[in-house]
Amino acid sequence: MTNRRTFLAGLAGLAGSAFPRATWADAGGPAYLAAAKAGEAYFLHGLSEAGESLFALQLPSRGHAAAAHPTRPLAVAFARRPGTFAVVIDCATGVESARLIPPDGRQFNGHGVFSADGSILYTSEVVAETSQGRIGLWDATRFVRIGEWASGGIGPHDIKRLGDTLVIANGGIQTDPTDRTKLNLGSMRPNLTQLSVAGQVLAQADLPDLPQNSIRHLAVGQGGQVAFAMQWEGDPAEDVPLLGLWRPGGTALLCPAADAENPRLKGYLGSIACNAAGQFALTAPKGGVAMVFDPQGTHLTTVVRPDICGVAPMGQDSFIFTDGNGVLSLLQEGQMRPLVQTAMQWDNHLVRL
Amino acid sequence: MRLSFLALCLLAGPALADFPETVQDHILPGYGALANATANLAVTADQTCDMQTLQPAYHAAYDAWMGVQHLRFGPVETEGRALAILYWPDPKALGAKAQLVLLTGDPAKLLPRAFAEQSVAARGLLSLERLLYPAESLPADPCPLIRATTQDLAATADQVLADWQGGFALTLMTAGEAGNTTYLTRPEARQMLFTQLATGLEFLDDQRLGRPLGTFDDPHPERAEARASARALRNVELSLSAMRQMVETLTPDAPQTLEAFDRAIQLAAALEDPDFAGVAIPTGRLKVEILQRSVEHIREVVLSELAPELDVGIGFNAADGD
Repeated sequence: MTNRRTFLAGLAGLAGSAFPRATWADAGGPAYLAAAKAGEAYFLHGLSEAGESLFALQLPSRGHAAAAHPTRPLAVAFARRPGTFAVVIDCATGVESARLIPPDGRQFNGHGVFSADGSILYTSEVVAETSQGRIGLWDATRFVRIGEWASGGIGPHDIKRLGDTLVIANGGIQTDPTDRTKLNLGSMRPNLTQLSVAGQVLAQADLPDLPQNSIRHLAVGQGGQVAFAMQWEGDPAEDVPLLGLWRPGGTALLCPAADAENPRLKGYLGSIACNAAGQFALTAPKGGVAMVFDPQGTHLTTVVRPDICGVAPMGQDSFIFTDGNGVLSLLQEGQMRPLVQTAMQWDNHLVRL
Repeated sequence: MRLSFLALCLLAGPALADFPETVQDHILPGYGALANATANLAVTADQTCDMQTLQPAYHAAYDAWMGVQHLRFGPVETEGRALAILYWPDPKALGAKAQLVLLTGDPAKLLPRAFAEQSVAARGLLSLERLLYPAESLPADPCPLIRATTQDLAATADQVLADWQGGFALTLMTAGEAGNTTYLTRPEARQMLFTQLATGLEFLDDQRLGRPLGTFDDPHPERAEARASARALRNVELSLSAMRQMVETLTPDAPQTLEAFDRAIQLAAALEDPDFAGVAIPTGRLKVEILQRSVEHIREVVLSELAPELDVGIGFNAADGD
């Protein structure tokens, strides 16, 4: 359909892409994975170091995050919750090599992680009827189910490896098994849980003063510090910290940005990542901003980009971001600049391989 | 470089209504009016601290803010300027607490540079309202704080206007052109402006109307905006009118959207409840609820008619929750 506006856009002519295509510097596999929507179809893309798509694998429905195998060139892409599938991808070719289906009565919740030796895949799951958290265990050679543990809370979302242990963001939200409706906002109690590789709870932390701050995403920083990103389910007029830092065994430290800066996050963080310098980047798609914090949780900088959401580390002290307008941007030395412009809508996460 | 009016006209291009018109005909005049009204307020406060004289100037400044308060991007977002102009809602009364410290504390904190460093909650229109419409007698002479607050408002509004004129208008109007690293495409600029309308309407619905309404069993008239100066309803009317005008600058072809705005504006105009005190009694409540439903209807029509007309939607990730 050509309407007035597309016609005008045509007239406006077409300076072409403002940004030259980067060269295919990388000889091997992709450096990043990201889910995207193109038209009405959903894909998982493998991206080069320069942000160019190396392969696009069509997914049965909307994707969310992915987990990279520590040694073999394979990754697992997870469906958006309530998830009914996960796809194992050969990262050299971009071809699906296996598909995981959760057991009856379980749903994937968007994230997973491999064990340090790569022998086991851990998946964040819920009991569909109750949202009780589970960690699914899968043999990472044959990709068959070998067991499950309690996650230590309700509605687990992100899961990361911390040394030989696992850290889980139990978001605390009970949802309707079919339509994502939130059922317990008045009584939710999110927590961080550290599990041993035997599935035992080693440490937990909650937010006694802000129980409606759902803990959703994790990044592991220097020296085993866990950074967690939250989504505020309470009164939107209340401006609350959305970044926290935790060392298992201690209490969680909440890290608001300054007085007038923190409200720009609009109560919602989409992703979090840590770079080699130990800095944390947070994305706030509702606020259309990303912020960088130092390893101690002090706000350093804010950059603006509409519908920004995915973030991953790049180099020593930089970050790369994806957004719903199809752009990959690089934040380097405090300056944000577009790297690659695409026709896709990049989804929630950008995963460094 | 300040952008001349002529340059803006030349940049506008061939469309009858599109986002460059929104910059020219809605955003820049709106921030210009805000800068004028707040400058006038500061000049008036410099001459007198007589409440009767200051109150009309306060209302004029608040009126001007309602013409642009739905725009939450660009210069107004840096350094917390939007919040420094209006800090509402404030469920924990942070503004009143911080302001009391300023009212009774070190006068050096009222000097312009020091005052601009104070919490945004202690600044802006509602801080001024607490001084001009005090619920009880104030513990100190409010005149120095009135002057500091009005000067800060004028300075903040002036900075916003200067940043728009000094570059940001050009940045937005040249969306999609080579070298523009802020707005990479023209649809991206439209999308961003559409988001302002969608979130502005959501705020009107959930906060300006929703907070005082509460629930039938638990209404909260005391949560209405600017209750002491009795302008909660006026703010709703002005906000609706401003967003309607913004739609007209974005496209000549959104009749259902304009009709939905007109219906809500009529309902607001007919409502004789300036501070929404009526939400606590059934008949008064019903009228405010009908107004709220009309705003919800605008939100629906904006999605069903305006979004496809502009070829945009709510942001893919912004609309998500995961």
